[in-house]
Amino acid sequence: MMARLISSPADLEALSAQLVRHRSENRTIITLCAGTGCMACGCEAVAEAFRDALKKGNLQSDVELKTTGCHGFCERGPLVVIQPSGVFYQKVRPSDARLIIDQTIKGSQYVNRLLYRDPQTKQIITHEKEIPFYKKQMRLIFGKNGFMDPTSIDDYIALGGYKAVVRALTKMQPEEIIEQIKKSGLRGRGGGGFPTGKKWASCRKAMGEPKYVICNADEGDPGAFMDRSLLEGNPHSVVEGMVIGAYAIGSNQGFVYVRNEYPLAVKNLSIAIAAATECGLLGNNILGSGFNFNIDVSRGGGAFVCGESTALMASLEGKTGEPRAKYIHTVDSGLWDKPSNLNNVETWANVPLIIEKGAAWYSSIGTENSKGTKVFALTGKVNNTGLVEVPMGITLREILYDIGGGVRGTKKFKAVQTGGPSGGTLIVETGERKVHESLVAHGDIRDDEEVVSLLDLPVDFDELTKVGSMMGSGGMIVMDEDSCMVDVAHYFLKFLREESCGKCLPCREGLRTMLDILDRITKGQGNMEDLPLLEELSQVMIDTSLCQLGGSAPNPILSTLRYFRQEYLAHIIDKRCPAGVCKELVSHAINAKCTGCHACFKACGSDAIIGDLKKLHKIDQLKCIQCGACYQICKQDAITRAKRGEGVRIQNTAAVGWSLPVKAPARSAVA
Amino acid sequence: MSLMVKDDYDLGQTIHDIVDRYQARPTALIMVLQDIQKHYRYLPGGALKLVARKMRLPIAQIYGVATFYRAFSLKPKGKNHICVCTGTACHVRQANVIVNKLETALGIKAGETSADHDFSLETVNCLGACALGPLVTANDVYFGNMTASRVDRMLDKLRGKETAGEEEEDES
Repeated sequence: MMARLISSPADLEALSAQLVRHRSENRTIITLCAGTGCMACGCEAVAEAFRDALKKGNLQSDVELKTTGCHGFCERGPLVVIQPSGVFYQKVRPSDARLIIDQTIKGSQYVNRLLYRDPQTKQIITHEKEIPFYKKQMRLIFGKNGFMDPTSIDDYIALGGYKAVVRALTKMQPEEIIEQIKKSGLRGRGGGGFPTGKKWASCRKAMGEPKYVICNADEGDPGAFMDRSLLEGNPHSVVEGMVIGAYAIGSNQGFVYVRNEYPLAVKNLSIAIAAATECGLLGNNILGSGFNFNIDVSRGGGAFVCGESTALMASLEGKTGEPRAKYIHTVDSGLWDKPSNLNNVETWANVPLIIEKGAAWYSSIGTENSKGTKVFALTGKVNNTGLVEVPMGITLREILYDIGGGVRGTKKFKAVQTGGPSGGTLIVETGERKVHESLVAHGDIRDDEEVVSLLDLPVDFDELTKVGSMMGSGGMIVMDEDSCMVDVAHYFLKFLREESCGKCLPCREGLRTMLDILDRITKGQGNMEDLPLLEELSQVMIDTSLCQLGGSAPNPILSTLRYFRQEYLAHIIDKRCPAGVCKELVSHAINAKCTGCHACFKACGSDAIIGDLKKLHKIDQLKCIQCGACYQICKQDAITRAKRGEGVRIQNTAAVGWSLPVKAPARSAVA
Repeated sequence: MSLMVKDDYDLGQTIHDIVDRYQARPTALIMVLQDIQKHYRYLPGGALKLVARKMRLPIAQIYGVATFYRAFSLKPKGKNHICVCTGTACHVRQANVIVNKLETALGIKAGETSADHDFSLETVNCLGACALGPLVTANDVYFGNMTASRVDRMLDKLRGKETAGEEEEDES
């Protein structure tokens, strides 16, 4: 990478043209995904193997190896895509490198074993864009990830990067930019969904100097990793967005507050900022416009509440991340009491697109009040885990089935949770639901429409809020019938109680009390007064909490109470956990399907499993701590999670007339 | 990386270097503490006092920050640092089974360090590699799709590495 100064729009154009020319006459590129997901699958060894193989084959001058940011399809990592043909290989091992080079690069054959096979149609798919996971996506923001080395500013410029900055700084007035952002209908991607243009306008108008722009990369929602993948895979798009925003608002100093748990994001972002500064795209007199702008990276200390704007600003100041009441908005008085404009990573990455392609183009995508695309992290019990970017308004069904490939294994879909700990759990199954008889007895029966599946819900800011959840930062966690909804609510509440900063009483005490109640319910000690009490406490928290952490904390409870009230009642009245998750209400027992494979014996941490190879096994009910390790490992569906106390009966029944199933699957004891 | 503070001089030098890295800017307090934590694997009490003096900040503020954020620990961590992801995606894939298994195998609870300082066990909210859930990291190496039996193998690996590298290790 050469160091050079870009001091005028013409310079950038010349450089871009030169880079593009250099590329077109360039050779085949092997792109290897090196996002955190693929890293964890060992992509570094694969890269090393490719480098070796290229060296040995003397192909270094003809073939380029590029380690890129996240391609999104984490489920199948490590991923390799051959450009420009777009041949897609998945689950590539270091030993496959030679084969790919010999067959696909030198020859024109595919390595069939590494191609993607559609689990439903069993068809082999050779090219990335034909894979169902990618087909329905609209990858405006993530699209470039697969084509560029995130540490190379050249790659970004060659793909048309920083053109939006040129346009904004030389052809547009700040007011014009804000007008464009307003017209585009862009809303904050961090969860709140506040109109970005409106925020910028208020900050521009606010009294006080200097003004700050801040990028919120404190992605605290468990199960969301799109911001990290953007910073890792395409950090320049965020930098570019921030330059444009700062120019529009009238700020000369920007901050990125990023989680310290994301070392690769910190590294790539810092490299990007250094490169942009060196090229003169950050710093003084950017592109000869007279506009100065610098960005500092600040690493967060790991506190969920710091995703809240006022808490984040306190943390940037080096203090404890406690939020404050917001009757004075941060656009008027934020960081060091100066006007501060905070947007989320994904929001910033949208800005260059809007400036480059126009507000009209942008607002043609999406629904009436939610424009553009949204990146979701699709995780949990779904076949295709990964990052998906879809136009607003797509239905849950399309995301879960067409892109996500449906639920893992043989279990039934149950629910999808969106919006992180402050979001809600939505029902997605359509199967018959028996109304619990005690519902009728208590006069608590819900309307049928409450039980209707939300699979065809169009996903956008307002629709999700309407059904009791929220967009949040875009986590989408799929749950099957093995998930207990009371336990899910308990999980989120426990998370929030730990993360509550403790400054305001409703949040601090409300969460503790609600968690106590849920604790009792999961232990079978709940009573019928608990549910209305939970609802009342929730309302108090919503009305009186200082910040949105407390204000949205009851969402997991309210949404599960709304859609899965029967599960609560099963815990309270029947003392039974239908999903078999809540330890105190369940007994693990081995049924007659046991093949004596001994896998559970090895998995058990408390020596509770008795049995020899190829003999019926048994769980010592006194020793069992109901941890579920055997249930998780058993491939024969031979572990029953029954109501507490019924384990002995089930095992006794199994013992009567058990014989080793004739067609015992030839599967070794060790998984 | 040295685990324990060797002596006052060593501590003073280290803290001096770290604070200088950020020109003693008060806004860099969190990053200063992160670097100290990275160096010693915890925040020694003496270090906090030195930071207060060098950065001209009240010790109360430093103590407040050090106890507010998850990243910091005032107690020493073990040689092997095991983190179990308990993010939502891992939770629905039964991460609690893995936590249970590790707790029994190591004889410590999550958040604790073993008496011989060999292992510390922690749960984290999300490591962001949800496709691999349930996920465990040991000394920053990822172990994906964990099951109870894989936990045993992972621990064997970690213990094996230890005995190979350090002969005086008495743990079998």
